[in-house]
Amino acid sequence: MDRLEYDVVVIGAGVSGSAVARELAKKERRIAVLERESDVCEGTSKANSGIVHAGFDAQPDTLKAKLNVAGAKLMKTLSKELDFPYKQNGSLVVSFEEDGRERLQELYERGEKNGVEGLRILSGDEARALEPALSDEVKAALYAKTGGIVCPFGLNIALAENAAVNGVDFYLNTEAEKIECGQGGYRILTKEREFLAKVVVNAAGVHADTFHNMVSGHRLHITARRGEYCLMDKKTGGLVGSTIFQLPSANGKGILVTPTVHGNLLVGPTAENIEDKEGVNTTADGLARALKVGARSVRELPVRQIITSFAGLRAHEESGDFIIGEAEDAAGFFDVAGIASPGLSAAPAVGVYVANLIQARFPAADRADFIATRRGIPCMAEASREERMRLIAENPAYANVVCRCELVTEGEILNAIHRPLGATTLDGVKRRTRAGMGRCQSGFCSPKVVEILARELHKDMGEITKSGAGSVFLSGYNKETMGASI
Amino acid sequence: MRQDIVIIGGGPAGLAAALAAKEAGAERILIVERDKELGGILNQCIHNGFGLHTFKEELTGPEYAARYIEKVERERIPFLPETIVIDIAKGENGEKEVTAMNKERGLFVIHTAAVVLAMGCRERPRGALNIPGFRPAGIYSAGTAQRYVNIEGRMPGREVVILGSGDIGLIMARRMTLEGAKVKAVAELMPYSGGLKRNIVQCLDDFGIPLKLSHTVVDIKGKKRVEGVTLAQVDENKKPIAGTEEFIPCDTLLLSCGLLPENELSLNLGISLNPATSGPYVNESFETNVSGVFACGNVLHVHDLVDYVSEEAAAAGKQAAAYVREAAGNGQSETEVVCREETQVVLEAAKGVRYTVPSTLNPLRMEDMQLIRFRVDDVYRDVFLKVYFDDTPVLSQKKRVLAPGEMEQVRFKKEQIEAFPKLKKITLRIEKEAG
Repeated sequence: MDRLEYDVVVIGAGVSGSAVARELAKKERRIAVLERESDVCEGTSKANSGIVHAGFDAQPDTLKAKLNVAGAKLMKTLSKELDFPYKQNGSLVVSFEEDGRERLQELYERGEKNGVEGLRILSGDEARALEPALSDEVKAALYAKTGGIVCPFGLNIALAENAAVNGVDFYLNTEAEKIECGQGGYRILTKEREFLAKVVVNAAGVHADTFHNMVSGHRLHITARRGEYCLMDKKTGGLVGSTIFQLPSANGKGILVTPTVHGNLLVGPTAENIEDKEGVNTTADGLARALKVGARSVRELPVRQIITSFAGLRAHEESGDFIIGEAEDAAGFFDVAGIASPGLSAAPAVGVYVANLIQARFPAADRADFIATRRGIPCMAEASREERMRLIAENPAYANVVCRCELVTEGEILNAIHRPLGATTLDGVKRRTRAGMGRCQSGFCSPKVVEILARELHKDMGEITKSGAGSVFLSGYNKETMGASI
Repeated sequence: MRQDIVIIGGGPAGLAAALAAKEAGAERILIVERDKELGGILNQCIHNGFGLHTFKEELTGPEYAARYIEKVERERIPFLPETIVIDIAKGENGEKEVTAMNKERGLFVIHTAAVVLAMGCRERPRGALNIPGFRPAGIYSAGTAQRYVNIEGRMPGREVVILGSGDIGLIMARRMTLEGAKVKAVAELMPYSGGLKRNIVQCLDDFGIPLKLSHTVVDIKGKKRVEGVTLAQVDENKKPIAGTEEFIPCDTLLLSCGLLPENELSLNLGISLNPATSGPYVNESFETNVSGVFACGNVLHVHDLVDYVSEEAAAAGKQAAAYVREAAGNGQSETEVVCREETQVVLEAAKGVRYTVPSTLNPLRMEDMQLIRFRVDDVYRDVFLKVYFDDTPVLSQKKRVLAPGEMEQVRFKKEQIEAFPKLKKITLRIEKEAG
């Protein structure tokens, strides 16, 4: 069995693990990221609201509050450095009751304490002046100018790619099965290799408790809280400009209606604690509930324009806060656990925070050659005429449209496959380029993308998967099972 | 680039429109096709049954397409393959600007007098049906599966459940069976099939594949690849009935739940769409509300038979040629436009009728024979199709069975309509009584 030595091993290539890995790579360290799936951004990070919360919701002095506000502040600069889609679109928390004003006031004050700038309480009419599609039921609202939306895949992939460019080794399809505490470090066992490292970063999402409990006597308990969503056609993305929350409940920030950074309309999530930590299935009840509750926020929710629905799991830890830091009884084992909402918003700050904790305990020298910026994949759909002409002149493949709904070209797909940590699956191409994310949901483009993947990766079409082992599209050849007589 | 007529789409509609436009004297005609070859979706429809009306014989899809492609080649009508139109805009002097891309020319604009929309349709995906469950590999629209089997020679799966009894779903039930797959059931939400009767008999009954009417998929199992689906019976409101769930192990779910005209380009151009068809409203000349832009085939309304697509597209092509002629000769005067609007007759789809094509007609411009195509909104037995010119009943046709899955038509002679000089409205409705 291969034995590989690193200074730091990060478990999980979701948004938190990737943010930590990139931040750690700013110093002289050998870093590995282990990911059990075939790509980065395959768990909680891929199925959430894509919201950058302003930061008024979390209780003051919690890590959630601190890292949310800090993360939201970093997001804009980071989106320019790493070239992923982000927009500050503002958010509204709406109240349907007159006495909701008191609770909005509480949120306002909490926001002030957390350091959120630009909060305002609006009357129902003022809110409707801002968002004409808001329901007449809305009596008052809290407006947060700094609320934003981000492409969750874009953020996660950008962080991971940039980490990889800076020398972080990503081991995909590599599931950590066991962690053993040894002299001066940890031994992480996977099916094919074993990794030795002084420092382990546990960013394993809903499974972070499993890994923590392998090395620490202070038990963590993470519950998978499922959230179901409906996504609507881009025709409807203009319904609201800001993100519309309802007054929060005990189970989270409730069901929101928001434009996505790509111009779709998103409604969700529900909140349901489930046993199955892989239970990302949607349910008839959940989807109905998301639509029913979401519909209350706006005059008319365009439910006939739904193009897909999905579910994601939030890693909810009993304490209610993020669990970030070195385990008390396991030196060098750093948890990044319980990263439920606002985990996406906080991610850039989580990276910095964890890297600082590790630097304080395990100092390493600065690197002079760290590459802080990254160019994303060009986007023909959004490009200006001149930009399109330039790209096509560079490579005619940018004139060959593969996904007609989202106007994704062969050029973009080739770029997605051949860049660092490139796409190897249909979902990988989809999350990097949006091919298949449109209204036909990959009906027309999936055979073409499968063909391009096979050609570029020198594989047979039958080996190309949706999302890694076990998810093949094709099942042999015509008449194969009928014997030679035909 | 400058053209008289740009035809967007080289499938059956675009081909027939191009040929008819040429025959009517149009010269600079260009077909823009996104695929490598002409023929559109017919190229993957290798089953027979095409062309009974047009050629009085049964052809396969590629054979049917070939008859038109050969003529287009003979007439030397140019076409641009692997070219996608990304925008159509109104230019100066009533001209249209078609922006397109391909590998050879990059991004370019075609200036044209007329445009014929012939982009076809797409399939309704799983998401639009909001079927709950996991999202593994193994869920395909029937047309995507058809492409894998008929073009690539690959099987999308081995044990299949099909949701929706649209024609492509029925055809694929037979096709997958013939290629060695086991099709376990076809579930249909409605109490009747959306497909042609002949397809139910030839594709399901002949192979012993059960058709479960008033059934739907309520859950999809399998995290990586489909492992099975749960079917349930639905009540009259199409809600699943608790206790009727049945789990069927399978590795593939095919969806054949309806086709949607692809009108994103049309919408950007400001073309009004009929919510009943998701296609443009057109007049007797197949012209949309944007003058000089015509629509035909499945982008206009989804057809069951390609023969009707060809017929309709030929009419649209001929009218596009006439438009080009008129535009060349001094253009249209303002008074003529007003006159056209004042003499316009509205077609009303009343009780039992979902829509009509066309939705308006101008007696001054109609051909000697006006064809009106329509679909009904439910299954009707022993009823009468009634047509009224304003309040006057002019037609009562006995119909033994009418079903949403079969397109219907009526014809009127020009004289019949001219006999009502003040005609404002033609109404089609389904009635129980002959009287």
